[in-house]
This record gives sequence, C-alpha cells and structure tokens, in this order.
Amino acid sequence: MSLSNDDVAKVALLARLRVSPEELATFTGQLNSIVDYVAHLQEVDTEGVEPLAHGIDVRNVFRDDARGEPLSREDALANAPKRNATGFLVPAVLE
Amino acid sequence: MSQDTAVAMLARMESGEVTSEEIVRSLLDRADRERRLNVFVHLDPDHILDQARAVDRKRKAGEPVGPLGGVPVAIKDLLCVRGEPTTCSSRMLKGFRPPYDATVIERLKAADAILFGKTNMDEFAMGSSTENSAYGPTLNPWDESRVPGGSSGGSAAAVAAGMAPLSLGSDTGGSIRQPAAVCGVVGLKPTYGRVSRYGLIAFASSLDQIGPFAHDLADTALLLKAIAGRDPKDATSVDQPVPDYPETLDKPPENLRIGVVREFFGEGLDPEVASAVQEAVKLYEKAGATIKEVSLPHSKYGVPAYYIVAPAECSSNLARYDGTTYGHRAEDYSPKYPGEENIAELVRMMMVSRAEGFGPEVKRRIMLGTFALSAGYADQYYNKALQVRRKIRGDFDAAFREVDVLLGPTSPTPAFKLGERTADPLSMYLSDIYTITANLAGIPGLSIPCGLTSQNLPIGLQLLAAPFAEESLLRTARVFERATDWHTRRPQSAG
Repeated sequence: MSLSNDDVAKVALLARLRVSPEELATFTGQLNSIVDYVAHLQEVDTEGVEPLAHGIDVRNVFRDDARGEPLSREDALANAPKRNATGFLVPAVLE
Repeated sequence: MSQDTAVAMLARMESGEVTSEEIVRSLLDRADRERRLNVFVHLDPDHILDQARAVDRKRKAGEPVGPLGGVPVAIKDLLCVRGEPTTCSSRMLKGFRPPYDATVIERLKAADAILFGKTNMDEFAMGSSTENSAYGPTLNPWDESRVPGGSSGGSAAAVAAGMAPLSLGSDTGGSIRQPAAVCGVVGLKPTYGRVSRYGLIAFASSLDQIGPFAHDLADTALLLKAIAGRDPKDATSVDQPVPDYPETLDKPPENLRIGVVREFFGEGLDPEVASAVQEAVKLYEKAGATIKEVSLPHSKYGVPAYYIVAPAECSSNLARYDGTTYGHRAEDYSPKYPGEENIAELVRMMMVSRAEGFGPEVKRRIMLGTFALSAGYADQYYNKALQVRRKIRGDFDAAFREVDVLLGPTSPTPAFKLGERTADPLSMYLSDIYTITANLAGIPGLSIPCGLTSQNLPIGLQLLAAPFAEESLLRTARVFERATDWHTRRPQSAG
C-alpha cells in the first residue's frame, strides 16, 4: 500500500505532531518504505494463531488495597512548564 | 586503576589498598580527559565524591557494606534518579528531575554502589548508534570515527573506555547487546520480568528490559544479582527466586547442548564476524559441548514484527509528553501552516511542543505506531505482528527442547561509521537483525567479546537461553571466557 501526504498529515494530527510541508514529504517517503518492508509479515500463515502481547505470561497480579505514600503536591508540580501555587496552567480548554 | 573490574576494585577496597574516593577521582579524571567521546550527558563530580566518601566512612568504621560497596555504576539517562537530571537524551525532558527513584536505582543505593553519572543514548532509546541524541553522538572508544552502537551507546562506551567498571542500560530490540558487541564489553538483556522496570522511562513496555554492562562475566553476575527480582511496583516483574549468579558462575554446565542458529549466518553477515563466531563454536566443541544446527524459521520476520509492535507501544507511551504537566512546552504555538487556525489552542500547544521536543526518529516511530493502530489498519498490521510474534516465540520454544543455549553473532557487522546509516532508517533497523527476536519472545540474551577484526574492532558473540535461564547463560558464556582473553582487551586510547 502507499500512504499519501494527506494520509500522513492525518496521522500526524492524531499523533499530535506539527509537521512542516517539507517534513511531511520526507516522512511520507520514509514511512512508505517502512510500511512496504513490514508488509513481509503478510507472507506468514497465521490462520488461527493467538496474538502474543507479552513474551512472558503473567496474569491477574493482585496486591492488597492498601494506601501508600502519595507524591506531595509540590513534588508533582516541580517539573511543570507552567504552574501556580496549586495546579498546572494550560491554555483554556473550553471556549 | 580505571580499567579494573568491579571485583578487583572491591578486593582492593576491602584490603584497604584504595578508597572509593580514590577510585572515583581517577575515573572522573579519565571522564574529563576523554570528554570528546561524549559518554556522559550529566556528571556531577561533587555528588559522586559525596557518595564515595560516605561508603568509605562506613567501611572504615567496620559497618556492613553492600555487595557493590564503593563501586561506580554509570546509569543510562532513561532511569529515574530522584532529584537528578533524567532526560532520555531528548529536548523533551530537558531539565526534568524525577520525584522518585527507579527500583534498580533504589537497589543500587541499597548495595552501596556509587551512581556515576547519566550516559548518552539514542533519544528515548530509539536507535542503534546513539546518533539520535539531542546531545550529539557518543564516539566508539576503539575508533572515534565510528558509532558505539545503541541505544545504550554511552553505557557501553563508559565501560569500554574505563570510565566506570559497570553500567546499566536497557534493551528493547538489542540496545544492550549490540553496543556491548561493538564496544568490546559484556552486555546482558535479562528475561522480560527478571528486573523491575519501575522508573524506567518507557519506550515499548512489552519489550523493554534493564540490564548490566561489564568487562567480564563475574562483574555482570554481580550487577545482575543486585538488580534482579520481583518488585510490587512493576506488575510484570516475575516472582521467581534470584539465583546466586556470582556463586555459580564457575560451575561448568553439564551435558551442554549448544544450538547454532542457521538463520544468523545469512546474507549481510560480515565475514570476519562470521569466522570469529565459528571459532567460538569450535571452542565449545573442544570443551565437550554437543553442537547442533538449529533453525528459527521465522527469524526474518523479527525486524518487521518489531517495527509494528515497538512503534505501536511507543506511540501510546509517548502520548504523555504533551507539554502540560512536565517536559517541554512551546513558547509560541500560534497557527503557522495552512489549516492550523482550525485546531483548538490546547491541541496546537501539544502539537508544537511535541514537534519541538522530539527528534526525527522519535517522530517517525510515533507516526508509524499511530498508523499501525489506526482504524482500518490495526488488524492488518498490529494484530498480524502479534500473531507473527507468537510464531517467533514458538521457534524458540521448539529450539530449547533440543538445546540449552543458542549461539550466533550479536551484530552482523562491527561498529559502523558515524553518519553511515542515518539517512536510511531501514538500514539502521537492520543493525538489530539478530537481537530483536529475543525481545519479541521475552527470552534472555548475552553478548560477550569474541574477537577483533583486522581493523581492531570488537566482535560480539550472542548467546540466548530459555526464560529465566540467566544462570545457565552466564555459566555457558564463562566456558568461553575462561578459555580466551578477549574480555581483557581494551581500546588503545583507554590504556
């Protein structure tokens, strides 16, 4: 299959990445060669094969529902790009 | 002193011949003299000296000292260390200081190790050459016109260049084993779940695993023992007893059966690498091992399956970097390109922050993963890749019914030149052709030095074993190490 510039622009928006028109052209070319390469997977007969999400099977790991030490507010806010005394600051979400 | 092993350093500290402070001073000098190699992205001499003096005081006072008491360990820049810069070699995390320690860091502290700086890496561990770093590439200590491999290139080079006897890296598709091979050191990727990933900044969560670099196997065993084991903070860490790796290392395995992987000797393998690995096979045969040719028929689908699974997981993991709660936020995110005026301000803030914060390889993988998971394509790509992944695991399961350990080259070529593969992402991806299937299957893999090319470049031998068979992997490798001196070779510059 072949991805167009428009397809890649859509993916970039989904991925929340701004791409310039020049980057878009480069990425489209590169993504197409990678997608062509991974298409080799279609050669493998996987009829009835269960997908494998993890190499090592671990299921239903439980722990006691006990409260631990939470991060302090100051620790949580310490790396904020923009903040006030009590929270993170972002551009308005609602019009 | 800077080329001593950790075991040798411990013995000299225990006997009172040297202090940890003297060791770290010598290593800090060395790191300073070899700055051009660009091994460390953060190195705080005062903090390192403080840690060393604290261990020296303990030892002098006769208090119990941990198993790594006073030994410097360099840390890949994706492991969280509380209050210290942790950036994944990315602009995105410039200035980020984690509010907690990774579990492996807690364990190193408990073992009285000295945390010896943060090492350079491919941004967010995506790459095979350490060239995708916001801080510029690390140079290979054996030949400074060449790459140290990646993504843990800084951690491999730190040990090779004698700046630290031990280091930690992470391996998602070969990021410990391949740099270990091309830098002439030992590198171990443990079984998925053997070492806690808590506080490892995630790239592809079903593949990532933390592991040690060292000059030799005794040091590797020592560091693995210190970091391995179940951790309630990582639900994928497995509750299995941790063997005493250093204690059992010198017990030669009985009735050893070694499988030589046919598919690892195909097209693209450098002839000098092939012959060094064949020599290793002969050595094992002479040592009494049964050698069998083994086939892993789905090996060639490892790289394509990986380049769906890893980008898919990466696109999800890296969605958290959106400029809101930590990491880079763009100053100016006003509309610039056609159509952007229709995008909400908050979304634009995220898009521009991410565009500025991430380098091209990270963007490529995020987009590839987003595409592979998008409506209409997930079945064709993502689910198909997971089915092939099971076939790859099935190949290994079948092989380990016949043999104990699989053997082959770690990297198809010795260290390549800086810039040689940066223009073509696919050629870079093929650097990991022999290492990548172990991550998909979750099994442990080890690379040990097994030769030098005519250009004096290190060659790595890869050994693979069944899940949780690290002990047998190390003991099998030790048979080779004991009979050869490749692990004692050092780059000339590090003399």
